[in-house]
Amino acid sequence: MYVCFIGLPMIRAAQISLFHWNVMLPQRSVFVGLGNYSKAFADPIFWQALSNSGLYMLLTVPPQIVIGLGVAMLLKRRSPAQPVYRFLFYLPVVTSWVVVSLLFKYLFADQGVINWLLTLGRADAVPISWLSGRFTAMVAICALGIWKGVGWSMMIFLAALQGVPVVLEEAAEMDGANRWQKFLVVTLPAIWPAMAFVLIMLVIGGFNVFISVLLMTGGGPAQQTEVLLTYMYNVAFGNLDFGYGSAIAMLLTVLVFILAVIQMKAFRTEQGAQ
Amino acid sequence: MRRHHATASIARHIVLSAGGLLMTLPFIYMVSTSFKDQAYVLSYPPQLIPEPATIANYVRVWLTQDFGRYFVNSLVVAALSTAGSVLVSAMMAYAFARFRFAGRTLLFRVLLLGLMVPAMMLIIPQFVLAKSLNLLDNLQGLIVFYIAGSLALNTFLLRAFFEGIPIELEEAMEVDGANPWQRFTRLMLPLSTPALATTTIFTFLGCWDEFAWAATSINTPTNRTLPVAIRLFQGQNATQWGLVFAASTIAIIPVIAVFFAFQRYFVQGLTTGALKG
Repeated sequence: MYVCFIGLPMIRAAQISLFHWNVMLPQRSVFVGLGNYSKAFADPIFWQALSNSGLYMLLTVPPQIVIGLGVAMLLKRRSPAQPVYRFLFYLPVVTSWVVVSLLFKYLFADQGVINWLLTLGRADAVPISWLSGRFTAMVAICALGIWKGVGWSMMIFLAALQGVPVVLEEAAEMDGANRWQKFLVVTLPAIWPAMAFVLIMLVIGGFNVFISVLLMTGGGPAQQTEVLLTYMYNVAFGNLDFGYGSAIAMLLTVLVFILAVIQMKAFRTEQGAQ
Repeated sequence: MRRHHATASIARHIVLSAGGLLMTLPFIYMVSTSFKDQAYVLSYPPQLIPEPATIANYVRVWLTQDFGRYFVNSLVVAALSTAGSVLVSAMMAYAFARFRFAGRTLLFRVLLLGLMVPAMMLIIPQFVLAKSLNLLDNLQGLIVFYIAGSLALNTFLLRAFFEGIPIELEEAMEVDGANPWQRFTRLMLPLSTPALATTTIFTFLGCWDEFAWAATSINTPTNRTLPVAIRLFQGQNATQWGLVFAASTIAIIPVIAVFFAFQRYFVQGLTTGALKG
């Protein structure tokens, strides 16, 4: 069953991407070889979508790691309040993308709370029309991504931190290490595998941003905030160009795969060096 | 020194509380808006406490929007998918953990590949496949693809857990004449309750929240699931934010309840993925 519904589609994706696919009559599809791929490379919107996906990844991954690790460090010591904070920070992670995307669309509306906060106390301030410009919209979408993702990286780091031997930290303290040194020399190397895991998953996740963009801007205005998956989706189910859509999906898969392999290699040599 | 410690502790709590507040305020504001009349949802300055408060949004969601139906659809789809997925992946995981068979390594590699390829990449070929199998625009179609989509992760998690169970226990049962099926149902499954709980919860929430496939596959209004329905509320004429958030609030209450009740398993599931993967 797995092979049938997941394995087969993987192969089919590659296959469809080589055709000018006819949705109604698949048997009438025309083989176009790599035509859909060269179409992508010549398509300015494809490059725009790719750069938006990359931008989203770059803007959301570092904050999620830094804040997630920071919160985990603060939460490390067991206390009665720990589960409460853990619950609060993880809450956005478990709620559905649809709900939080609509929620952020509402918060970032022209007359929304964010604008109210920004113009607070300044009568002459002009509210920002967040979702109608490329970069302001990306800021709102990234804000959602970070807000929703921090709890996840926190949870992984917290588990990793609790596995760090206390003896090592105490030894470093005895040797007169300050907090920062202790963190760099003892804690960070100890949680390195967790760091690798979080980074790889977040980069993959960053390139897979979809629902938030679809619901907050729909790729608009004028396709300026289109990311790879929304573009793929619009091409396939809006224009019914399945061949081209599959080609985009394949390109994204290859890209994500290469990035993951590079990161794994990098972390492995890093660990070997230590 | 002790005073220094106390100040640090207070500072820590202030930072954490501020963060916690930042995480929850949007939700609080969402619930607040769900009790507002349409005239007040984008009022300036915004109201944190609705004035006047109204439950009209909830009443309208339930009575005029066929919302109960969507709720039941989501529940049925998520429950059946979860049951199917956990059952099948437990059997697969047992096979991977305990039996040597031809192509075992290859199959497992394919499974791992499935973990890396995200669901969205497969949506076009799945659509084509579903069309030819008559699985479009019906709940069976959702269930079949949700089960398939969650198999890889569940099998992976369960296999790791099964391998941790001492093989001697099974050998003892084997000596007593138990066949593999008996060993699986009477020994492995009861011993794996925590891992089974984890996979059950993750799968259930995943299916409950799933949007992309449901939105693509479902056309008939009566077959909608909650996320699809909520999205469409937002699309209808001028956005009725009160209505949207009343629906959202109802949809996320089960999620938060499940999360609150089973927090322990969440931590476990996440860390198995992280530390053993």
